[in-house]
Amino acid sequence: MASLAPDVLIQLGPVPITNTLVNTVFIDALILIGVFFLARNIKKVPGTFQNIVEMVVDIFYNLTSSIAGKNAEKIFPYFLTFFLFILLSNWSALLPGAESIGFYPKETHVEESHEPTEKEIVTSNDHATPKDTHEEVAPSTTEKSHEKEEKHLISLNRNLTSDINATLALAIISLVATHMLSIKALGIKEYLGKFFSLNPILLFVGILELVSEFTKMISLSFRLFGNIYAGEVVIATISSLFAFLAPIPFMSLEILVGLVQALVFAMLTMVFMSVMMTSHHEQSH
Amino acid sequence: MEFSITGGLIVALGGIFPAIAIGLIGSRAMEAIGRNPEAAGRILPAMLLGMAFAEAIAIYSLILAFTG
Repeated sequence: MASLAPDVLIQLGPVPITNTLVNTVFIDALILIGVFFLARNIKKVPGTFQNIVEMVVDIFYNLTSSIAGKNAEKIFPYFLTFFLFILLSNWSALLPGAESIGFYPKETHVEESHEPTEKEIVTSNDHATPKDTHEEVAPSTTEKSHEKEEKHLISLNRNLTSDINATLALAIISLVATHMLSIKALGIKEYLGKFFSLNPILLFVGILELVSEFTKMISLSFRLFGNIYAGEVVIATISSLFAFLAPIPFMSLEILVGLVQALVFAMLTMVFMSVMMTSHHEQSH
Repeated sequence: MEFSITGGLIVALGGIFPAIAIGLIGSRAMEAIGRNPEAAGRILPAMLLGMAFAEAIAIYSLILAFTG
């Protein structure tokens, strides 16, 4: 069963390198290589890859401009970046071999091998002499029967969005970008006028909106994290029961859920940006 | 794999109302599409957005079931 927190692989000074960080680097490399490859070979009559990319950009730009109106040019880069990044990282966990290569942690063997020594010297003297020569084999076989907790595989590469730190970071980026775009489009006076005003009813509404900014951040991060992490746990559980044909419907559900969650995160970001960028007088109720 | 009763109760109770809400959203969207099939391209994204909001509450209770 996958753990809730990401597992630390190595510690480079003050920065722990976790296995979700490795996945971030993979996804970044994938996107950047795709972009550089495309930008170098743009043709007037497009090939297949360029055709697909143009279709995706076109569909999402039409969606953005139908919701955001005249601010679509500033909002669209954020929308498509969030969508592509989250989609690729949701789907990358379903590739074979993406999460199964790893190692078992060796530290529990070293620490717990000192404890059974007293028990074994008391109970039987047969285990005492092989313990001096084979220090790794004998304690591990005896402590596997003694220990009650199961060790889980630390994989070298784990799904980026099944880490609450990553989704919280994405939600904070989306929130900060929304507010900065809003300040840029409206100016400081009108931006502050959305939250604080002299009219008491509007002041109350403004404070509620201020609180709802924080709940937006929490709900965005938890929605993405919960969906992807629950899917990962379900696939791990089913694979531990019967690994051959039974995970197939769950994996296809995971494909669909990954697509929908990426779309929802990106669309919510776009809708919040477009709402914050229209001033109070232009909003039609 | 160990089962916990409190975890199961958390998910079961926390998932009742989001399930009803998603069903209601879906049924109204189906009605609207049936009444006006040409508007299906504009109703569908709005329905998905509404369903994601409603499902988020169930996801909060799912997280608590794992950690609590």
